[in-house]
Amino acid sequence: MSLSGRHLFFALVASCCIGLWFADLSSGGPDPWLTLKRIGQGILMPDFSDPMMLLNAAGLTLALAFCGVAFGAVIGLLLAPFYRIRWVRSLCIAVRALHEIFWALMLLNITGLSPLTGVLAIGLPYAGIFAKVFSEYLDETDARAEAALPFVASNLVRLLWVRVPACLPQIAIYSLYRLECGIRSSAVLGFIGLPTLGFHLESYFKQAHYPEAAAVFIVFLALILPLRHWVRWPLVPVFIAASIWALARLPFPPMGQGAALRFLHDLVPAPIRTGADWGTWLDKVLIDQAMPGSIATLSLSQIALTGAALLAALSFPLIVPRVVGRIGAAIGHGALVLLRSTPEYMLAFVLLQIFGPSMLPAILALALHNGAIIAHLLGRQSASMSVRPDASTGLTFWGWELFPRLSGTFWALCLYRWEIILRETAIMGLLGIGTLGFYVQMNLQQLRIDRALILLLATILLTAMIDALSRYLRRGMQNAPTLRIEGSRGPTGNNAALKTPDPCR
Amino acid sequence: MTALLTLHNETLGWGDAPVLTGVSLSAQKGERIALLGPSGVGKSTLLHAMLSRLADQRVALVPQETGLVAQLSVFHNVWMGRLDDFGTARNLRTLVWPTPTERDAVEGVLQRTGLSGLGRRRVSQLSGGQKQRVALARALLRGGDIVIADEPVSAVDPTQARQLLTEMDRRFETSIVALHDVHLARAQASRIIGLRKGGVVFDALAADVPEADITRLYA
Repeated sequence: MSLSGRHLFFALVASCCIGLWFADLSSGGPDPWLTLKRIGQGILMPDFSDPMMLLNAAGLTLALAFCGVAFGAVIGLLLAPFYRIRWVRSLCIAVRALHEIFWALMLLNITGLSPLTGVLAIGLPYAGIFAKVFSEYLDETDARAEAALPFVASNLVRLLWVRVPACLPQIAIYSLYRLECGIRSSAVLGFIGLPTLGFHLESYFKQAHYPEAAAVFIVFLALILPLRHWVRWPLVPVFIAASIWALARLPFPPMGQGAALRFLHDLVPAPIRTGADWGTWLDKVLIDQAMPGSIATLSLSQIALTGAALLAALSFPLIVPRVVGRIGAAIGHGALVLLRSTPEYMLAFVLLQIFGPSMLPAILALALHNGAIIAHLLGRQSASMSVRPDASTGLTFWGWELFPRLSGTFWALCLYRWEIILRETAIMGLLGIGTLGFYVQMNLQQLRIDRALILLLATILLTAMIDALSRYLRRGMQNAPTLRIEGSRGPTGNNAALKTPDPCR
Repeated sequence: MTALLTLHNETLGWGDAPVLTGVSLSAQKGERIALLGPSGVGKSTLLHAMLSRLADQRVALVPQETGLVAQLSVFHNVWMGRLDDFGTARNLRTLVWPTPTERDAVEGVLQRTGLSGLGRRRVSQLSGGQKQRVALARALLRGGDIVIADEPVSAVDPTQARQLLTEMDRRFETSIVALHDVHLARAQASRIIGLRKGGVVFDALAADVPEADITRLYA
């Protein structure tokens, strides 16, 4: 099979049209301009009058992220050498298939609103991701170094003396990147009740206290934008120790005794537990919930993917000096960084306040965030592209040289973000949109854990399906660029720009 | 004859590393200049310097790596030579929807470079020699006062190379071409500039350059 950009383009547009047919884009909210104006005023005059609260929330956001990512990294590193074993790999795939927020929603039933919920919600899926990525790093280490070792029987010695040190730099780069994702996740966990920045952002927004909400958002950006400057490796143990201390003294509502047992008991499908009729139960879960949820999730994600692709193709020249000039490129860079750093869920929440309840806010948020990521990677790659001295400039340069040259990379990146967009779309249901997350949360609120479990399995199945399809299409692409997004091997070679960044979910 | 460009005792190179030192030469309208010298001696550097002195002329350029966009068709790569003649809107329209007139114009130069009928072929599917012809066709379509070409026919056979250079001479009044084929240079050029070890070692009319001088370049 040989696929070109044209095939993918038509497939994407067709799927988007089908998605639009199912989607509800009607805007039922109050006048969007009025809200937008008031939010704008809030951003221009942020209210920092409660610095202790901001500091506390920022500290807890970081603490959860540090502990969660550290947990994930340690477990991941321990599992990485055994990743080739079938059950280890399956376990890792299973834990990382569930979004952090879904993990948190489930864990709330066992560990309640305690910090442990947050740490595990980040740590468990991250452990699965870390194990996969680290095992790839270990596999890629230079075999010559190992061959040069005097004959040592112990695999452990080989691993610790040669393999792990050889990929320490990549592990460090990747962990730092994951920490950035972890801070985003940690902030978003606030939306379901953990005391991080997202919690305050949500409550201020819902009360229309925009200046205070703007202050929370600015603090969030102040943590995440200069991350690479303030996270110094020698200080990381101090950060982690401080995080554990902060989380340990955090008060939280107690859970009733036997919560874990009750949760496990409730996971068993109702017909087995209570002898209820299988037919009605399956009908309710599969036909009434899983099916509409899946249709909504798929259509929304297709529209969002199309939006992200369109946005990326149009906006990546914004960071290319040959197209927009030096100053233009600096401004473009700033805009893309802002969109990349803001989690989709947070963006969707804000847009929801502006446009009112429909699929539109979620679509815009997913398209903006993912489009900005793809645009950033394309822009960075085009910076290393050599052009002949008499090449055109401006938009003509974009259309005739930049985009055609980068089209392979562009499609590979779009296919790559596809699965991530789908995962994130499922979560958007928590905002009241009818994707799978909506039904999961509804069932959990009604303590129908068994049904929630079936819906989560449906989510995992859908994600796995898209993942497989995306891999298949990427393999079939003509002259597909070697896209190693998860494995960063340092800035060498032509596609260095593609290597550092990663799947942030 | 008027001087198109003049270099006076100049040091040429990329960044801090000089490749050629003490270069003094001028090019006149109507000349056919061939640059000879072993690979890596600085022919491309000299061409680049000459190009930068020709800002007010219409120059057609044939760079060594052909500078083609492999993902686009032959038509698009050839038409690229004329992008600066039109506005952005027209260029974007041509990219998506070329008119028959535009296709015909390109087909004309494709015929002269032995590529007729290949307009719709993707450049990534062409051989090395065909790619060089596309780059030449692009220069022919562009036209202008002068052509600057860097090893434009290194991947085609000698007979075809001669034909292609003849086509080029027919289109451009002045040409400056880096070549590696000495016979081709003698046959086509009116003037030969020999480069060796960081400088110009001779610069004379093609008929006056002794064979020994040329042989010494590659010694």
